[in-house]
Parts: sequence; C-alpha cells; structure tokens
Amino acid sequence: MTRHFKLIYHAVIILLAIAAAMAAGSIILLAIGADVAKTYLVILLEPLKTTLQISEVLLRAIPLSIIALGISVAYRSGIINIGAEGQMMMGILGTTMVALSFPALPKPLLIPLALLSGALFGGAWGFIAGILKAKLQVSELLSTVMLNYIAAQFYTFMLRGPFLDPAEKTLGGAGTPQSMRLTRNLWLTRFIPRTRLHTGLFIALALALLIYLLLWKTDYGYKMRASGASGRAARYGGISVGWYLVVSMVISGGFAGIAGAIEVAGVHRRALEGITAGYGFSGIVVALFGGLSPIGIIPASFFFGLLIVGSDMTQRLVGVPANMINVLQGIIILVIVATKMILADPYLAERVWRTWNKRFKKPLEVEA
Amino acid sequence: MEHITKRFPGTLACDDITLTVGEGEILALVGENGAGKTTLMNILMGLYQSDEGRILINGEEVRFKNPNDAFSAGLGMVHQQYMLIANMTVLENIALGYKAAWSPLKLDLAKVRARIIEISQKYGLSVDPDAFIWQLSVGEQQRVELVKTLCLGARFLILDEPTSALTPQETDELIVLLRRMKSELSIIFISHKLQEVKNLCDKLLILRHGAVVYHGSTVDHSMADIAALMTGHEVELPINEEEACTGAVVLDIKDLHVRSDRGFLALDGFNLSIRCGEIVGLAGVSGNGQRELAEAINGLRRVETGEILFYGEDIANKNPHHIIESGMGYIPEERNIEGIVPSFSLKENLILKDTERDEFAHHHFLKQKAIEANATNLRVKFDIRSPNTSVAAGSLSGGNIQKVILAREISRKPKFLLAVYPIRGLDLGAAEFIHHQLLEKRREGIGILLISEELDEILDLCDRVAVIFKGKIQQVLERKDANRRKLGILMAGVSDDQTL
Repeated sequence: MTRHFKLIYHAVIILLAIAAAMAAGSIILLAIGADVAKTYLVILLEPLKTTLQISEVLLRAIPLSIIALGISVAYRSGIINIGAEGQMMMGILGTTMVALSFPALPKPLLIPLALLSGALFGGAWGFIAGILKAKLQVSELLSTVMLNYIAAQFYTFMLRGPFLDPAEKTLGGAGTPQSMRLTRNLWLTRFIPRTRLHTGLFIALALALLIYLLLWKTDYGYKMRASGASGRAARYGGISVGWYLVVSMVISGGFAGIAGAIEVAGVHRRALEGITAGYGFSGIVVALFGGLSPIGIIPASFFFGLLIVGSDMTQRLVGVPANMINVLQGIIILVIVATKMILADPYLAERVWRTWNKRFKKPLEVEA
Repeated sequence: MEHITKRFPGTLACDDITLTVGEGEILALVGENGAGKTTLMNILMGLYQSDEGRILINGEEVRFKNPNDAFSAGLGMVHQQYMLIANMTVLENIALGYKAAWSPLKLDLAKVRARIIEISQKYGLSVDPDAFIWQLSVGEQQRVELVKTLCLGARFLILDEPTSALTPQETDELIVLLRRMKSELSIIFISHKLQEVKNLCDKLLILRHGAVVYHGSTVDHSMADIAALMTGHEVELPINEEEACTGAVVLDIKDLHVRSDRGFLALDGFNLSIRCGEIVGLAGVSGNGQRELAEAINGLRRVETGEILFYGEDIANKNPHHIIESGMGYIPEERNIEGIVPSFSLKENLILKDTERDEFAHHHFLKQKAIEANATNLRVKFDIRSPNTSVAAGSLSGGNIQKVILAREISRKPKFLLAVYPIRGLDLGAAEFIHHQLLEKRREGIGILLISEELDEILDLCDRVAVIFKGKIQQVLERKDANRRKLGILMAGVSDDQTL
C-alpha cells in the first residue's frame, strides 16, 4: 500500500464516519418530526453567516479546546479524566477568590495571578484523582465522576455563601446565587467590536503550542506518553509511571481550571451557576475527535463550537430542541470508537486496497 | 500453492513461492524471522490475498476471501499463541468454534463432547473435556488446540512453532503424536529447531528473504546445511571456550526472599554471586522464581528480606531508575510488551532509558537529530531489519525487537547484563548474533547472568551454571562438570542423587 492510499483511506473512513453519525442523528430527528435536511443545514451553516455568529462559535471553542488539551495529556499518560467539569468549577472559584481579594491590583498583575489561581485549584482537584490512582489503584472513572459531584455542591455552596453578591444578600439570600461583578482589571479585552470574542482565544492557541512542545519535544512528554502507551515498558525503562500519572492529572485539572478562569474573565465577568455548561464533558469528545493531539483538537473544538451555536439556532429556526447537541455528541463518541477499530484493522485496509487496484486497473507499484 | 507473490510497502514478502504437500506428508517450513513464513501461511489461511499466484486443493483452484473459507476447505492452523479462554472448560472452548452444535436457542454440548471423544480416540490425543484451561499445562493446552482444530474438520494442519513453549519431554511427546497422526492428515510444520525438523518431517521448504531457496526431501541435508541455506551463510553458534574468569564479585545476592504475584515466596533464601567477566547461567524450568529474581534485581518487585549487592551497594528495593543509572543492563523476558513500547518508533525505543542524558536532551528538549543519528547508527551496527527508524517497534519481528533491546542495553555501556530467555522463539541467525554479542561483552569484562531453559544455550555460553528449583539454588556447577543429564536431574528438583 502506498502512503498516498493510506492517507486517502483514512480521510474517507473519517468522512464516512461523520456521514454515519449524521445518518444516525437523522433517525432521531425524524422521530421528533423535524425537517432533517434543514436542521443539519442550520446547525452547520447558519452559525457561519455573520461575523457575530462566527465569533460566538470561537467563543465556545476557547474553553472546549483548553479542556480538551488537558484531557489529551491525561489520556496519553494513561488516565482518563472525566472530571474536567468539576475541575473547571474549582478553577472558577480560584479565580473569583483572587479577583474578590485583590480588586485593586493592576490588570497585568491580576490576570496572570487569577489564571494561575484557577489552574492551581483545578490542578488540585485533578491531583486527588491522580494520587488515588497512583497510590491505591482507585479507578479514575469513579473518582473523577464522584469529584464532579463534590465540586458541584461546593461550587453552589460558595456562590450562595462566602462569594454571594452583597446586592443579592440585601434580598435576604433568596436571590440568584452568584458573585458580584468582578473588578474591571480582571476582564479580558474583547478585540472585535460588537462581539464577545476575547483575548482568551490567543491564550488557548498558546496553550495548544505549549502542549504540543511538552508532549512531543521534551523528555517529560516522552515519559508521559511512554507511561500511557505501555506502563510496564515505562517502568522497566526507569520511568516513575505513578509520578507522571499524577503530574498529567494535575496538568489536566489545571487546564480545566484555566478554562474556567477564562470563561469568568472573558465572558461572564462574575461567578454564576451554569458557567461550565457541560464543557468538561464535551471536552472529552473534542479531545478524542481531535485525535488527542493539539493539531487535531483546534479544528475539533471549532467544529463542536459550531454544533453548540448551531443547535441553539435550530431551537429558534426549526423548533428542534438545543439538547439535540447532546444526542449528537453521544452518537459521535460511538462513531469515533467504531472508526478507530475500523482503522486499526489491517486486513480491511488490505482488502480495500486490492479492490481499488482491480477497479481502476492501476499498475502495481513495485517497491524494492 | 503456485507462484505466490505478495508485496508490502518497501518489501517483497513472498517472491514467487511454489510449494506442494501430499496427503500423509509433513512439510517443514523453515526460514529466518521475516523470511515470509507467516505471510505465506496468512495467505493460505485467507487472512491475506496474494498479488499473484493460485492455491490448488486436490487439483482444484480455490480462492479464500477470509479465514472461514479456508476452514471450510479443511484447513486449520494452530498458532504460536493459543486462542483459548482461560476460565472456560475444554468442552466450552471447543464448542465456541464448533458451529454444527449451534442452533438459535440451544448449544448442543453433548454433541460437542461426543465429537471430542471421537477425535481424541482416533488420533490418540487425550484431553479431559471438563478441565478448565487455566488448570492445564502449556503442553496440554496445545493438545486442546489440536483437538479443537481437528473437531472443526481440518484435514490439513498448519502448526506455527508448536514446540517453542514446550519442555523437552513435551516436545518429544508431540513429535511422536504428530508422526502417528500424519497418516490421516497433511501437516505444515513451522519451526526454528532443526533437530525436530529432521526427526519429524519428510519434506522441507526453506525460505530466505521471501524466496524459496530449497524445496525437497529432508534427508539430503545435514542440520548445518539447512542452517546455512536459511541464513545464506555458514551458521555456527558461538561457544565460550576461554578460561573462567577470576575477577571481583560484582553482583552478590544473599538470602533473597521475594513474593510472587500470587503471594507465595517465589524466591526463598536465594544466594548467587557473579564475578566480572564471566557468564553465569541460571538453568531451571520456568516458573521456579526466575521472573521474580529478574524483577527484584531491577527494582521492579519488592524484596521481602535479603541483600542484592551490586558493586558493593545494596540495590534491594531501590527504584528502577537508580538501578539503571548504577549500570545495570536488563534484557527482559517479555520483549514485546516490557522491553519496548510497542507503539513508539524504533528510534524512540532506543532512548527509552536515556531521555534525560545530555546526549539526547538539552534543557529537557529532545535532540531529534541526535536521536535519529543514534538510531541510524545502531540499526546498522546491530543489523536491525526495518524499513526505516520511524516504524513502530511493535511491528517488527521478534528477532528484530530483541536486537533493538540488545542494541539499547549494550550501547548504554552497562557494568552488568541480565539476559532473560534472550533467544526464546528466535531463529538461528538472530540467536547466533545475540550469542556473539554476549560473549563479546564477557570478553570486555562485564558480568552476565543468563536465565534460560535451553540447556544448549547455557552449556555453550556459560562459565558456571546455577540450577534454580522452587526459589532456591540447587547447586552451582563449573562448566567442565556440567552436562545435559546432570542439569536435567537438578532442574527436576533432585539434589541428593548419588550419580551427581
């Protein structure tokens, strides 16, 4: 098989997978009596029609990509982080705490400090799951999910208690659980007029570059990937697999925390309920869809941002509930798993290659 | 099979191969790793399609689109790795593949049982249908595989290195059995062990680099001739004939106690010392504590009590990194999953232990050029056959994987080398190469502990032979005192035999 053929083969299988996901989705759309073609057109094209809408897509892609980057680090190191949602909430709390404590700090100082605090809080939450797995072999699937619940309750407690907006307090505590509007010095600049798109976009791109360098250009990345690819061989090679497991989990949690910090500083400008909006879970899909590499995650997060904005629009334009996005995500996960198995089958590739040659009577290439 | 040709990217795996097997015949298929044996058999079993050529059965041309076609034409293959489910019984395992006993609602186990009894009586293969697979020895599991293949109606058997995991006694039993079975069947026997080939097979097909170099009767050639045809040059496994070394003791293991995964003491008061410049062979039937010993020395398993003095420092329960840095080289038993990271490239695997060294990293950034140069260099020096240095190491053949591990361990200039079953499953050419390398290191004054169950390997290479049984050393023999019979008796656990 030629390298050319392999590339085309991979591309075609992935396109077929997307088509299969859309076909499966259309069954559900039909079941709720929606216009399938129109729904897909709205989801995929409507958000690209105006600058405002494209900026909204990018706005969703920012937290998605940052979380997915973190998840890809953990995944490559052999631990599956399902706790990004909780880690993101902790990150929001960390950022809010700094912003409430030092409102007078100048912007160039406060923003890095707030991001760092978010990363530390998220990282600490990831650390718990990491250390439990490294020392006690507790399955991260259980611990991260459970930590999500704890984080969610703690988050609500903080928003109703210590962080509650004083203005809400005057209403006797019965108001919205949210913090006061945070200091202007925390706000990330919105650099396109009349849109909400903020400088977090560049932070996300910088972080993608950082992860690429970390994983593929440094010995730390080598050791993390070795631990994830074959724990036994890594141990044999003198790599402390447990340590890198914890480190990768801290990075993963830290990234979710940064995503939370950026959402607060760039979009909401205060801590309130529902900021995480399922980004922590969608991030897993984005990471897998992006092939666990920064180069894939950037377009994948844009695609999922598109789906989120698009499905909001279907609600208005064709009356299909925005929850459809969750259904599509589930289908996409299934399709990705299936696609990976199909791509891993050398016999199938072999057979396709043969048929291809027969059909188009291409002369066999003789390679020495 | 006539004129079978198969191309893969960068290689011609099978080049115009023609072979014939008659009824009641056993054909031996030999060749080095990567000579195209496996590819040829995969084509025969319908896993691959050939680019050119055809397959004839009883004079009729057949086309196998997939393995099921091959099964229904009466072909059956017993793989090197047994495809049995450990926590099911023999009967259940065989029923899995025996579709005749299946109906939509009921699995007719009685029918399967009858079939098993019929087959085992016909060929004299005794199996207990109600035994669980995990209770069986490797030899017994192989019999189950044979019965399974025959139950499915195979008239034509392909056995892929059937003796590689068997003890010498089990091997003899298998050969007797196959001789008895051959009147009813046609058999292709793939092996690296030429003695077995000579004993068992009528005809011989030798492959080298994908092409047939000899196809004819076995009796015309001596073992040395066959080996020369396989490798393209005269093969002589090197023999250690130099004087025993009297250097300083470098590895001194004292009263070592180590637990196995299942919790019992796999090493129970183990003592052994190795001097620099000598090869000490540790002979024993596998499962007597060898794995635990190797892991304990390398910090991969907890030591309960006892000392491992390495150049005077106790390395018991030190972390693997520390032990590697103090100069230990280790060729592990499980080369495919422990010795390499299978999904990593060849060049990445060659720096598995050295990512922190200044040679390959600068301020923690990997030096891609140095890594590439290192791989290019070692690939030539150790004759690693791969298309390039970027292929996944797991895709290489066993012999080449072992060369990758050896290249890495030796190029790190270790002060000591622990080699566990270094030539298990390898062909003669690769074994010769690896033995040469080990002897070379010995001459340079490095102490080597060679754990092996192949007595020939131990007798060829070692200055002293220690025999392990149930986690203890039975006896340590000088080379001149060691012979196959003596070692065999000691390995079986007898230590007070008067004839010793």
